[in-house]
Amino acid sequence: MIDSQLLLLQVTLPLIAAPICLLIKSGRACWAIAFIVTISSFSLAAIVFSYVLTYGVLEYNFGGWVAPWGISYRVDIVNGLIALLVSAITTIVLVFARTSVSNEIKNKNQSIFYTAWLLCLAGLLGITVTGDAFNLFVFLEISSLASYVLIAFGQDRRALTASYQYLVMGTIGATFILIGVGLLYAMTGTLNMVDIAARLPQGVTNRTAQTALAFLVVGVGLKLALFPLHLWLPNAYTFAPSAVGAFLAATATKVAIYVLLRFLFTVFGFNFSFEEMPLDLIFVTLGIVAVISASAVAIFQDNVKRMFAYSSVAQIGYMIIGLGLSSKAGLTASILHLFNHAWIKGGIFLALGCVAYKLGSVRLGALAGAGYRMPWTMAAFLLAGLSLIGVPLTAGFISKWYLFEAAIEKDWWLMLIVIVMGSLLSLIYVWRVIEMAYLRRPDHEEEKSEAPLSLLLPTWVLVFASFYFGLDTRLSVGVAHKAAETLIGYSP
Amino acid sequence: MMPMTDLPPFLIFYIAAILVMLLPNRLGQLVSLTAPVLGGLLLYFLADTAGQWHIAEVVLEPVRVDDLSRLFGYLFHIAAFIGVLFSIHLRDRLQATTSLLYAGSAIGAVFAGDLLTLFFFWELMALSSMFLILARRTERAYRAGMRYFLIQAVSGVLLLLGTLIIYAQTGSLAFDHIELTSLASLLIFVAFGIKCAFPLFHNWLTDSYPESTPTGAVFLSAFTTKVAVYALARGFAGTEALVYIGAVMTCFPIFYAVIENDLRRVLAYSMINQIGFMVVGIGLGTALAINGAIAHAFNDVIFKGLLMMSMGAVLFRTGRMNGSDLGGLYKSMPVTTSLCIIGAASISAFPLFSGFVSKAMVMSAVLDEGHEFVWLALLFASAGVFHHAGIKIPFFAFFGHDAGIRTSEPPVNMLLAMVIAAILCVLIGVYPWLLYDLLPFSVDYNPFDRSHVLAQLQLLMFSAAAFAWLKFARIYPPELRSTNIDVEWLYRKFLPGLSSYCGGLLSSGSRGTSAALRAGNKAIMKVIFRHYGPHGTLARTWPTGSMVLWVAIILAASLLLYYF
Repeated sequence: MIDSQLLLLQVTLPLIAAPICLLIKSGRACWAIAFIVTISSFSLAAIVFSYVLTYGVLEYNFGGWVAPWGISYRVDIVNGLIALLVSAITTIVLVFARTSVSNEIKNKNQSIFYTAWLLCLAGLLGITVTGDAFNLFVFLEISSLASYVLIAFGQDRRALTASYQYLVMGTIGATFILIGVGLLYAMTGTLNMVDIAARLPQGVTNRTAQTALAFLVVGVGLKLALFPLHLWLPNAYTFAPSAVGAFLAATATKVAIYVLLRFLFTVFGFNFSFEEMPLDLIFVTLGIVAVISASAVAIFQDNVKRMFAYSSVAQIGYMIIGLGLSSKAGLTASILHLFNHAWIKGGIFLALGCVAYKLGSVRLGALAGAGYRMPWTMAAFLLAGLSLIGVPLTAGFISKWYLFEAAIEKDWWLMLIVIVMGSLLSLIYVWRVIEMAYLRRPDHEEEKSEAPLSLLLPTWVLVFASFYFGLDTRLSVGVAHKAAETLIGYSP
Repeated sequence: MMPMTDLPPFLIFYIAAILVMLLPNRLGQLVSLTAPVLGGLLLYFLADTAGQWHIAEVVLEPVRVDDLSRLFGYLFHIAAFIGVLFSIHLRDRLQATTSLLYAGSAIGAVFAGDLLTLFFFWELMALSSMFLILARRTERAYRAGMRYFLIQAVSGVLLLLGTLIIYAQTGSLAFDHIELTSLASLLIFVAFGIKCAFPLFHNWLTDSYPESTPTGAVFLSAFTTKVAVYALARGFAGTEALVYIGAVMTCFPIFYAVIENDLRRVLAYSMINQIGFMVVGIGLGTALAINGAIAHAFNDVIFKGLLMMSMGAVLFRTGRMNGSDLGGLYKSMPVTTSLCIIGAASISAFPLFSGFVSKAMVMSAVLDEGHEFVWLALLFASAGVFHHAGIKIPFFAFFGHDAGIRTSEPPVNMLLAMVIAAILCVLIGVYPWLLYDLLPFSVDYNPFDRSHVLAQLQLLMFSAAAFAWLKFARIYPPELRSTNIDVEWLYRKFLPGLSSYCGGLLSSGSRGTSAALRAGNKAIMKVIFRHYGPHGTLARTWPTGSMVLWVAIILAASLLLYYF
C-alpha cells in the first residue's frame, strides 16, 4: 500500500516550483529546479503506475472530503500510463531544452520560460490524474495558458500570431468543454466523473446529454487537433522553440486524447457514445480524411517542422480511426499508437531541433548534405522516420499492426487501404528529407558540424525508445490491452 | 559449440557496414573483405536451426537454417566476397556501405523463417541496392534508381499486404509452401514475381541495372533476383503456372538482347532468360527440377557475375558500354578477354563449364514431366543465349571492328575477382558433384551422358554457324545506336499519351478534346497542388475567423447527427 498523497505531490510539485522559478531569474538555476521537479514527478508517476498496475485504482480525496462532495484525484491504469508517458517525455525533452533554450531565448527571459514550462507540466499532469470534471477544466486552462506563452517564445515573429491563434482556438475549446461540463452538472448535480456516469439518465432522447457530448467532443477535438479543427497546430509547432515543439507534440495532444477517452468511456459510457450516438461514423470519417489529407499536405511542405506538424495531424487521425472502430481491439490500437507516437514524434522533433540549433533553419533546402555534416542527428532522424512509417521492428509498426487487426476483425477492408496509403504517404515525406540530407550536395561545401552531446543524447533516447517498444511490447501492448479493458469496463 | 557461431548470418554484414561507414578507408576495405569470409565460416558452423522470437502475440522466426537456405547462404557469401574484391579499389564510402548492407539483407532474406522477417529484408534490399544505382551520380542514373525503387517498394507493399491477410486468416506467419488459391497468396506471388522479373514485370531490371555503377551491377546481378528465385522455390514449388511463365521468360528476352546495343543491358536481358530456366524448374516441382533450378541459380550468380565484371572492367577502363563504340579490345585487355570468354562459355552451357551441369538437369526434368513444347522453347532459348551472351558480348566488346581504343588491363583486384569466378565456373563444370552435394534433394544425376553432351554440342555449333553466316551475309542486326522499346514504354510514354489519345478517339479526332484532356490532366495536378501544395488551401495559415467557422460547422453537424 502506498500513500495516495503521492498523487497530489505529482501535480503540486511543478505547481509550487513554477513561481519559485519566476523569482530566481537565473536561467541555469531555473533549469535545474525544473529538472529536479520533472524527474521527481516522473518517479512519482512510475510509483503510482506500478501500484495501479497491480491494485487497479488509487484515489486521493482533497481535505478528506469523500468523492461526490470533495474533489478527488483518481488514477487507474489508463491515466496512470498517460501520466507516466507525459512525465517521462517531459524529462527527456527538458534535458534537450537546456542547450537548445539557452541558444534560442535570452537569459533574462529564461526564468519565465521555465515557469511556463512547469505550469504547463502541472496542468497536463493535473488533467491526467484528476477525477473531477471541473477540476479538469481548470488544469486544462493552466496548461493551455502556459503553452501559449511557451509558443510565443519562438524566435520567428510568426510565433506570436501562431500563439495568438492557438489562444483563440484553445479558449473556444476550453469554453466548449466548460459548457459541456456545465450541462452535465445541470443534469446530474455532481462534478465527479464516476459519479456523473452513475447518475446520467439513460435513454436516447435525452437532448441535454446529447448536447453536452457534442460540446465536449468538439471542445476536446480542438485541443487534440482533430481534423478539421487542427488549423492552429501546424504554426504553433513550427514557430515554437524547438524544445517546446517536441514537448507539445509528444504530450499535449496525447493528454487531450486521454480526456476524450475519459469522457466517452467513463462519463458517457461506451453504449451511449458509440451505439446510441453515431460517434463511430464521425470519428472514422474524420480520421480517414485526416490521415490522407494531412499526409498529402505534409508531402508538399518546405519547412520540415511544419511537415511533421501536419504528420502529427495525420497520426492523430490513426488514433481517432482506432477509436471509431468502436471495439476493444480498436481502442487498444488507439492507446498503443498514442503511446508509441509520443516517442516517435518526440524523437523527430528533437532531431529537427538539433538541425535548427546547428544549421539555423529547418527549411528543406537548408538540409542539403546534412547527412554528412550532422551524421548522428540525421541517423536519429532516419530511424525515427522509419518508425513513423511503420517499418517492422519499430514501435510505429506495432501500433499500425494492431490497427490493421482491429480493422480486419470488423471486416473493414477499405480501412486497410487507408492505413497502407497513409504509410506510403509518410514514406514519401520522410524520403524527401532523407533525400535532401543524404543525396544532395550543398551549394558550397561546409564543415562537419554535429550537434552537441547534450542535444544528441535526449534525441537518441527517444529514438531508442521508438525502437525498443517495437521489439519488447510487454509494457506497451500489455498495458494498452488492460487500459482498453478498463475503459470499456466502465460502461454499464 | 561456441555461442559466437550462433550469430544470425546477416549480422556480420550489418556490423561491417557500420564499421565501413565510420572507419578510415584502408581499414574499411579490410573489414569489407573480411565480412563475407567470416560470415561464410560462421554459416558453415551454424547448425540447422529455427530460432523463434516472440513480439507481442506474433511468433517470428528470424533465422531458419536448412539445406535450401544454407545453399543460398553460401552462394551469397561467395558472391559478396567476389563483389567486394571487385570493387575494393573504390574510394566511395556510399557504395562500400550500401553494398554490404545489400548483401547482408539478401542473406537475411534467405534465412527468414517467417513472412514478416522476409518483408523486412525484402524492403531493406530494395533500399540499399538503390544506392548502387544512384552512386553513378548522373541525372539518368538518379531517375532510373528512383523508378527501380518505386517498383521494388510496390513489390514489398504487396508482400506485406499478403502477409497481413494471411496472418489475419490463419494466425501464423510461417513462410512455407503457399498454395496459390487465395487473394493473399496471389498478392505474395505477384510480389515475388516482380522481384523475379516475370514477363511484364521485368522492366525494372533492364531499365536500372545498366545504369548502375560498374561495380554496383555485379552486386545487383547477384542478389535481388536470386532471392526471389529462392522465395519462389520455398513458397511456390510445383505451381504449374510457373512452368509457362518461365518458358516465356527464357524466350522473349532473346529478341531484345539481339538488337540491344548497350552490352550491360544485353546481360540484363540474358539474366531474365536464365531466371526463366530456374522458374521452369521450380514450377515442375520434382526433386530433379528443383535441384536443377537451384543449381542453376548458383551457377548463374557466378557466371553472370563474371560477365558483368568483365563488362564492368571495360566500362571502368573505357567509359563506354555500347557495342557500336567498342571492339578490338583483346589487344589491350587480353586477360579480361579470356576471362569473359570463360563466362560466355559457362552461360552458353558448353560441356565442362558450369552452366551445362545445371541447365541439363532442368532440361531433363522438363522431358521427364512430358512438357515437350516447353522443352522446345527452352532449347530455342539455349541457342539464343549462346547467340547473344556467348558470342555477342565477347565479340562486340573485344573483337569485331577495332574501335581504336588502346587501354590497359583493369586493376589487380578486379582481375583477381574475375579469376576466382572463372575458376569456380570451370571447377563446377568439370566436377559438378561439388555442387550437387549441397543441393536440398539427394542427386543421382550424371550430366555427362553421351546423348546429352552431343545434343548440346550440336546445338552450340549450329548456333555459332548461324551467327557466322548472318554476320557474313550482313543480315545480322548491326550495332546501332538505338533505343529498344520494352514494357517501360507503357508507363513512360503510353500512359501519359493515353489520355490525349483517348480524347482524340472519343471526339472522332477533334483536336479540341485531346487538348482539353491534356489540359484536364494539368488541371488535376493543379488542383492537387492548389489544395495540398505549400501554399495550398489545406496547408496555408488560416485566418482565425475561418478556423472558428469550422468549429461552428463541426458543432452544428454533430448536434444534427446526434438529434436525428
